[in-house]
Amino acid sequence: MTKKLLLGVEAIGQGAIDGGISGVYAYPGTPSTEITEYIQGNEMAIERNIHREWSANEKTAFESALGMSYAGKRALVCMKHVGLNVAADPFMNAAMTGINGGLIIAVADDPSMHSSQNEQDSRYYGKFAMIPVLEPSNQQEAYDMTRTGFELSEQLGTPVLLRITTRLAHSRAGVIPVDTAASENKLKLPADPLQFILLPAFARKRYQTLLDKQSRFEKASEESPFNRYIDGKDNSLGIICCGIALNYLQENFPDGCPFPILKVVQYPLSSQMVRKLEQQVDKLLIIEEGYPIVEEQLKGFFGYGKPVSGKLDGTLPRTGELNPDIIANALKIKTENGMPMPSLVANRPPALCKGCGHHDLFKALDEVSAEYGDGHVFSDIGCYTLGVLPPYHSGNTCVDMGSSVTMAKGAADAGLFPSFAVIGDSTFTHSGITGLLDAVYEKSNILIMIGDNESTSMTGGQNSSALGRIESICLGAGVDAEHIHVIEALPKNHEKLVALIRQEIAYNGVSVIIPRRECIQKSARRISESRKQKPAHCVR
Amino acid sequence: MKCDIVLAGVGGQGILSIATVLGFAALENNLYLKQAETHGMSQRGGAVQSYLRLSDRPVFSDLIPYGKADLILSVEPMESLRYLPYLAPHGYVVTNITAYRNIVNYPEFELIMDEITKLPHRVAIDAEAIAKEIGHAKVSNMVMLGAATPFIDVALESLEHGIREIFGRKGEEMVTLNLQALHAGRTFALANR
Repeated sequence: MTKKLLLGVEAIGQGAIDGGISGVYAYPGTPSTEITEYIQGNEMAIERNIHREWSANEKTAFESALGMSYAGKRALVCMKHVGLNVAADPFMNAAMTGINGGLIIAVADDPSMHSSQNEQDSRYYGKFAMIPVLEPSNQQEAYDMTRTGFELSEQLGTPVLLRITTRLAHSRAGVIPVDTAASENKLKLPADPLQFILLPAFARKRYQTLLDKQSRFEKASEESPFNRYIDGKDNSLGIICCGIALNYLQENFPDGCPFPILKVVQYPLSSQMVRKLEQQVDKLLIIEEGYPIVEEQLKGFFGYGKPVSGKLDGTLPRTGELNPDIIANALKIKTENGMPMPSLVANRPPALCKGCGHHDLFKALDEVSAEYGDGHVFSDIGCYTLGVLPPYHSGNTCVDMGSSVTMAKGAADAGLFPSFAVIGDSTFTHSGITGLLDAVYEKSNILIMIGDNESTSMTGGQNSSALGRIESICLGAGVDAEHIHVIEALPKNHEKLVALIRQEIAYNGVSVIIPRRECIQKSARRISESRKQKPAHCVR
Repeated sequence: MKCDIVLAGVGGQGILSIATVLGFAALENNLYLKQAETHGMSQRGGAVQSYLRLSDRPVFSDLIPYGKADLILSVEPMESLRYLPYLAPHGYVVTNITAYRNIVNYPEFELIMDEITKLPHRVAIDAEAIAKEIGHAKVSNMVMLGAATPFIDVALESLEHGIREIFGRKGEEMVTLNLQALHAGRTFALANR
C-alpha cells in the first residue's frame, strides 16, 4: 500500500496490470500514449510477459484485444479520441458480440485540442454502442475503476469504455495501489460457440441480448461505489458533475459545496439518482467536460420540467476544457486575476526540431511546388504537420491519419496537377497503405513523399510496425520499382532531392519518394542510453 | 501549508526534472500533490508549463485558478511573463535570465528584463552561469529549483533526498553537482530576493 505519484494515464496502466490483464494493445496518440508505455516499462508486466507491443493502428489494436477477450483473457486497448473513429467498426460490433475475458477500451479525449484536430466526446460512442462508460474524476479513481472495470466487464458480459480527458491523463497525484495484482485468466473459449459470429440471424439475437442488458447496465451505475450523491443545504440548485468536473467545483468550495451534487463517473446515467436530485432542487446545473451529452439528455425538449443549464444555454462555454474559473463564473463566484501578460510576450508555437530530416523534405518540396502555386500539398498527422507553419507554409490539408494519400488521389482525379502527399512512416503504416492500393489500382497521378524518420515522433519515438520496410511495402502494394526512391534526408542531398521530385512529377502515375533519416530526438535518446549501458559492457 | 507553483519553460528544457524532485519531497512529507504537465505537440519547442500544487489538505483541481499561484518558476525569461495572470498578489516570480530564442519575433531582451524588474516580488538569476561555475551546464534546472526554495515551504532536506533519488542512477558525481546547484541557487535567491 505504498503511495505512488502517477499520471492519470499511468494509474490506468497500473490498474490494468493489477486487474489481471494479459495484454495491452494500442497505437500511440496524445493524451493516451503513456498508458501503454507505463505497462511496457512495468516490472510485473515484463515478468508476466503481458502483451505490450504497439499495433499498426487503433482498429488492429482493438481487434487483437477482442481476440484476446475471445480466448478468455483480460485485455486493455488504448487510443486517443480520434483513434476510436478508426476502431469504430470493431468497437460497435464488440458491443454486439459482448466479451469473454474482460475488455476495457481506454480512450483519452482532448478538449481544447492541445494535440488534436477536434474535441469529440467519446461518451457518445459509449451511448451509441450502448455499453457502460467509466469516467474517473481523479488519478486514484482512474486506478480503481480500471482495476475493477475488468470484473464489471465480465459480470455484465460487455466491453467497457473508460473515458478520460487531457488534464487527468497528464496530471500526477498520489495513488495507493492494492498489494496483490489479480491473477491472469486461464485460456477459455466462449461457452456459446455462436457468440462472436455476427451473421444476420445470430446478430439479431445478439442485438436483442444487448438491448436486454441495458437495465442491468443502468443498475450497475446505480450500485457503483464511484457514483455518489453528496448532500447540500441549499436546494435552490442541484449540480451534476461528470468526471473531473467535480474537482473544479470543489476547488471553489474548499469547505464544502452548499448545493447538493450528483457525482457521475459511470454511465449509463442512473435515472433513479438523477430523479433523487431533481426532486429536491429548484433547478439543475450540469458540469461536464466535452460535449453536453448529459445536459442534452436531461433538458426537456418542450421546455417542461425544472430548468437545466450548462453548455447549451451558455452558462458554461461550449468549447475547450473546463477549469476552476469557468465554474466560478457559472456560479457567480468572484474570481481573482493576477497581473496582465505584458504585450511583448510573443507566441511560441511548437516547431520542427533543429536538425530534423523533415526540414530537408520541405526545403526541396517548397522549391519545386512554388512553381505550380499554392494548394498542391496534402499533408497528414505527425511532426511534419508543423511544415504548415512558417518558414515552409507547406501543406494545404491535415484531416485524419492517412488522408494525405487519398486526398491527393481525389484531387488528382479532379484534375489537380501536380498532387503531392506528405506523410510520415508511422502514419503511412497506420492508414496510408490502403490508400496507396487505391492509387496504384487506378494509376493515379500523385507523388507521395514519405518522410521516414523511423519513428512515431510526435508521441515520443515509438517504432511503427513497418519500421525498415517502407519501400518494400510500396513495392508490394504495386508501385513501379522505378518510381520508388529512397534518399537520405540531409542538406547535402538537397539538389538531388529537388531533381527527384521534378523527375517524378513528370511521371504520370504513382511515385513514392522516401527521404529517410532517423528522428534526431530518437537518435539522441539511443546514444544517451548506449552511453549509460557502456560500463556494464566494459566489465568482462 | 499550501503552495501553488506554475513551472514554465520551452519544450525540451526539461522543466519536469524540477517537478519530479518536488514531487518526491511532497511524498516524503506526506503532502497532497497534483501536478499537471504538458505532453504532446508543444514539447516540440513550444511554450510548456506544469501546474504543481502542494498542500497539507486535499488538492482538488489539477489546474491553478487565475490569481492564486504562490510562485512562478521559469527556466526562460519571456516565459516567466506569460503566466503572470496566474500570480497571486503576494506571489514570487523566480526566473532564469538566459533567453531561449527559437522564434523569429523574440522580443528585445532588455524589454523583457524591464518587465521582470518591474515585478514587486522576483528573483532573476543567471542559472547557466552558476551551473557552469559548478562545472556542468546541465544542472541549471537544479539551480532554478534552489532559487525557488526560499518560497516553497518544503524542507530543504527532502529536496536533497529527491535529488539523490532521481539523479542517483546517473552516478554519484551527478548527485553532488545537482546538490551543489541546489544550494548555489538558494544562496543567490536569499541574497537577491
